[in-house]
Amino acid sequence: MKSITNEIALLEGLAKDDRQAIETIYKQHYGMVQSLIINNNGTADDARDIFQEAMIVLYEKARSGSFELTSQLKTYIYSICRRLWLKRLQQQQKFIPELNGIEETIPVEEDLEVHDRQNGELMMMEKAMNSLGEPCKSLLEAYYLQKKNMTEIAGNFGYTNADNAKNQKYKCLMRLKKLFFTEYKNNR
Amino acid sequence: MEEIQVLEAVEKYIRGEMTQEEKAFFEELRKTNPEVDQLVVEQTMFYNQLGNFSDWKNYKSALHDVHNHLLENGEIKVEAPKAVVRELWKKYKRVMAVAATIAGVTTFLIASSVSIYTRKKNLEEIQQLRRDFSREVTSKTNDVRKEVDAKIKEGKAPKNIPVRSGGTGFLIDGKGYLVTNAHVVKNANSVIIVNNKGQEFRASIVHINAESDLAILKIKDEDYKPFGPLPYAIRKTGAELGEELFTLGYPRNEIVYSEGYMSAKTGYKNDSITCQIGVPANPGNSGGPVFNKNGEVIGIINTRQTEAEGVVFAVTSKNIFRVLDEIKKDDSSAKNIRLPLTSSLKNLERTQQIKKIEDCVFMVKSY
Repeated sequence: MKSITNEIALLEGLAKDDRQAIETIYKQHYGMVQSLIINNNGTADDARDIFQEAMIVLYEKARSGSFELTSQLKTYIYSICRRLWLKRLQQQQKFIPELNGIEETIPVEEDLEVHDRQNGELMMMEKAMNSLGEPCKSLLEAYYLQKKNMTEIAGNFGYTNADNAKNQKYKCLMRLKKLFFTEYKNNR
Repeated sequence: MEEIQVLEAVEKYIRGEMTQEEKAFFEELRKTNPEVDQLVVEQTMFYNQLGNFSDWKNYKSALHDVHNHLLENGEIKVEAPKAVVRELWKKYKRVMAVAATIAGVTTFLIASSVSIYTRKKNLEEIQQLRRDFSREVTSKTNDVRKEVDAKIKEGKAPKNIPVRSGGTGFLIDGKGYLVTNAHVVKNANSVIIVNNKGQEFRASIVHINAESDLAILKIKDEDYKPFGPLPYAIRKTGAELGEELFTLGYPRNEIVYSEGYMSAKTGYKNDSITCQIGVPANPGNSGGPVFNKNGEVIGIINTRQTEAEGVVFAVTSKNIFRVLDEIKKDDSSAKNIRLPLTSSLKNLERTQQIKKIEDCVFMVKSY
């Protein structure tokens, strides 16, 4: 019972961007996933990719608030990674009918579908962001990603005052919005 | 209401920064004006998306940090593949020995005929991308060039000997081993390398392999401080067609970035040692590393086709492994060269990748 409450606490930590939670999950489960990937035609780099993608799935689930841990965290992570790795192998056309591994698994297909959709939308935003050009990209990143305040940004970018920087930021945001929705419509 | 004002208002509304009055006014406006209401819905969705995006990005970079951190502390370890291969080996030892002999003989025959037919390159059709300094000096161009040459002559360079040719080189081991092209350091009496800050170091040639056009240099200079683990990896396998590539090199006395894509898996006249890339390159880029988007070296720029625009060739990175194996056979001091196999540059922004790489890429000048 104690371990279950611990795992719930870990997921709550993830949702709150607690770095300690990431580290703990990493330490506990990375080795297991790495063995799975390496014993099934993968490299250490593949293991890193797959594990981190699973961590993103966990993050999304934890943040959605609707996550009930129906199994041990270990089993959940293992099942996700196994599924992701099978998919990757299929994409590379190295189809392997049976993955070697002794851990038990639970069905995770639905969770991965949700993840794929969210991932798609985030990639659209990334693409829009990348085609925005400078200085818009850096300006928006400074404000929305690095959460700097407007006065600081004005100083860094050489605007005479925060209001000018703010105006510019809204103009950039309008452009980003247009790019994003064009992308969004093309992909629907 | 202008769209831009709606944007501002929605941002305030979501963050709860509106005063009671503003909020009441705003909600009233939404009720009475369906167009504004529509805009607000759209903006809200966009803002949520942007918020998710920023959390996602920050979380991803935290993941990378944690991974690198734990790896450095030794709390997670890179695991070697298990010994499945070994069991197979025991089982099929004899069959494999026979097969290997046949394969060996065939490879030898093919390799020798290939080298006879394809290595005779027509040098007028392709151009090696080293910088010829002697030509530049005699063509007495502008003052800048003279100033540059004056700079080259002072410092660690041998006095009164003009630079013969120049190119680019990059570290393959933090202890001071570099790779460049064989044609860059061919016939050199001494080699000086310069980093992106203009610091010069003396280097010696460890090995030249003319066939694959690669040379291994070692920095022999007390001013050189050994690097920790290199940020990039060297890839054993080739890149895929269309893969996004970039390079750093010294076509000028300043480090220059360019980018492009993988064009073909073979090089000039189907040469299998090289591949064709669509990355702009100029004399001086020779020996420069070609990276894929994960920061793995997939090739070393060496030549370009003269009669065609934008056709550049690079020696594939697996040749570095091959050349190194060759050296290790007869040079015991080379045994401790360790090529970097994992890249810590994955998923970083390009500008950050470059910041980490540029200290490991040097200008190579041979005298």
